[in-house]
Amino acid sequence: MKVTFPHMGNLYIPLKTFFETLEVEVIVPPPCSKKTLELGCKYSPEFACLPLKITLGNFIEALNMGADTIIMAGGIGPCRFGYYAEVQREILKDLGYKFNMIVLEPPKGHLLDIMKKVFHITNKKNIKEIYSAAKLAWEKALLLDRLDKMVNSIRPVELMKGETDRVYKQAKQQISMAKTEQELTSVQQQIFKRMSKIKKAKDKVPIKIGLVGEIYTILEPFVNLNIERQLGELGVIVERGIYISEWIRDNLFPSFLNPKEHIELLNLAEPYIRCFVGGHGRESIAQIVKYSKEGFDGVIHLLPLTCMPEIVAKSAVPLVSKDHNIPVMTLVLDEHSAETGVRTRLEAFVDLIRHRKEETGNYALLPRN
Amino acid sequence: MRIGIPRALLYYIYYPFWKTFFESLGYEVILSKPTNKKILKDGLESTVDDACLPIKVFHGHVIDLIDKVDAVFIPRVISVEPKEFICPKFLGLPDMIKNSIPNLPPIIDCELSAYKNKKGFWEHALAIGRYLGHSKPKIMKAYMRASIEFNYYKKLRINYGILPLDCGEKSFYELASAKSLHNEDHSCKFTVLIVGHPYNIYDNYVSMNLIKKLQNLGVKVITPEIIPEKNILDGAKQLNKRLFWTLSKNVLGSTYYFLKNGNIDGIVHVASFGCGPDSIVGELLERKLSRDYTLPFLRINIDEHSGEEGFNTRLEAFVDVIEGRR
Repeated sequence: MKVTFPHMGNLYIPLKTFFETLEVEVIVPPPCSKKTLELGCKYSPEFACLPLKITLGNFIEALNMGADTIIMAGGIGPCRFGYYAEVQREILKDLGYKFNMIVLEPPKGHLLDIMKKVFHITNKKNIKEIYSAAKLAWEKALLLDRLDKMVNSIRPVELMKGETDRVYKQAKQQISMAKTEQELTSVQQQIFKRMSKIKKAKDKVPIKIGLVGEIYTILEPFVNLNIERQLGELGVIVERGIYISEWIRDNLFPSFLNPKEHIELLNLAEPYIRCFVGGHGRESIAQIVKYSKEGFDGVIHLLPLTCMPEIVAKSAVPLVSKDHNIPVMTLVLDEHSAETGVRTRLEAFVDLIRHRKEETGNYALLPRN
Repeated sequence: MRIGIPRALLYYIYYPFWKTFFESLGYEVILSKPTNKKILKDGLESTVDDACLPIKVFHGHVIDLIDKVDAVFIPRVISVEPKEFICPKFLGLPDMIKNSIPNLPPIIDCELSAYKNKKGFWEHALAIGRYLGHSKPKIMKAYMRASIEFNYYKKLRINYGILPLDCGEKSFYELASAKSLHNEDHSCKFTVLIVGHPYNIYDNYVSMNLIKKLQNLGVKVITPEIIPEKNILDGAKQLNKRLFWTLSKNVLGSTYYFLKNGNIDGIVHVASFGCGPDSIVGELLERKLSRDYTLPFLRINIDEHSGEEGFNTRLEAFVDVIEGRR
């Protein structure tokens, strides 16, 4: 059995670790690229949202490399994501591929079901082994998120352009390679040391922007055209509204393990969106309010074209932005988005924020790069 | 007090219930005008641009009501069947309206959620009644009347195959309860199943009179609304995974049921531009049909620019194909 799964940012690292620790052969699809996108768009329904198209592209590329088992997440709605697997299975069948698709439905109450599927995939009956593999994968997910946060705060003030990204790339490789928890701890120390050695400009006053919206577009750099890196290059500290480890926790762990802050966060959205609208629609609005309270200079709201929950959120954005006096830019992404076009909009948005800051704050002219 | 109900979205299903309920509590119910050019234009201009056509049309209907009523009824419909949703946009509809349309009269946005169980309808009625300041016994009485009336209407609709089509300003409900049953035309040559969200296929303006046009071409029209629920459920059982959108379940359920048991000559799927569930359901439908069947299939995507001439040509061609196969 050769297992594959869709890409979503760095998610492939913990997943690969999990299966390889359990001695399951894994075929990681090639990183998302123009080719992935073209393949996905060619065979997907036209009005489907972008994540469906790109993950379909991932599957096609992985099946061409010899994978025979696809692992995909499911859902119970109302967002379309819960039915992705059903459509993708039909499309791949019509394309003539022979494969087995295992859909992991959210385990609210079906934890046993998930365990059964894991047993089936790994062909192991030993809970202990599975637990330790899962633990290692989880630690990696946590570390990757910490790394992302660190990179986002260092990149805008680095002296040598591109240095942070070099360290970041190397660090990801090391994390991916680590075989045991001890090894991971020592990797972590090395990475943190190298990060702290990056030379920083002391006189730069970076501006802070929060990134909210639909999870896949936030987490997958190919889809959001490397927005975090681009903003970093423009001297912006970026904070994301969602991280991989949070997504794993929300989807795979029982709900009582969710931290209390989550409920408090949702209360912030109350005047604008009063109930769950699927996906992260309500969270997006709540996070804009939160970022405003924390003194961020602006927020960027990302969504794939036709994303249902985020369209509801989008309708509330102008009001939230006005009420909380924070500039918000909504960026709708689809297969036609191009890096240069988005870059121009980002530059304009960052310029606007700088002007605002100079006018309202006690800052001297802020440096532009 | 006059309560306005927008003639859009779930109006085509639950209007009999809501109308009876409000009238039993002593209110006057005012419907917005049937969709027209102005309503569509108002909707397009006020809604966030990424929204789907039906949501934009709904915005237009709310604007149409603003100066005519003392309150507008925009329920937050989470679910009408256990463990199912309608669509994320329905969940956030009152929020979208409030965020996009200025100078609104008070809005009755009580939740309707039958996600846990069917008692949700009673809780919905109770919330509305309480919001309007009525006592529980009075609300209960109005609710009972509304439910009886609604169930009676539903039976009538299914037994006699009355499509919930408005005629001029008159609502489908008045037409049905007036028993003006235009008896079935026996001159029909073929039977066609039209599937899609009710607010797309029954809105005469948005669907460009699709049903009437097909009927004039000698087609007997069947829609999910006149198929007994158990048949739909029977068809939906063929799905690999339970579908969590009620309206889409009706679409796939009724199609699969007729593919297995029925006597139909063709299928029309009406999707609206920007509709999330339709993009998924349409794909599943088309793939199944082209793989296992040879039935004529027409897929119509409606949007605000649909040109009527091209549309007519497609319908005629579709009927020609059916005729040619005979």
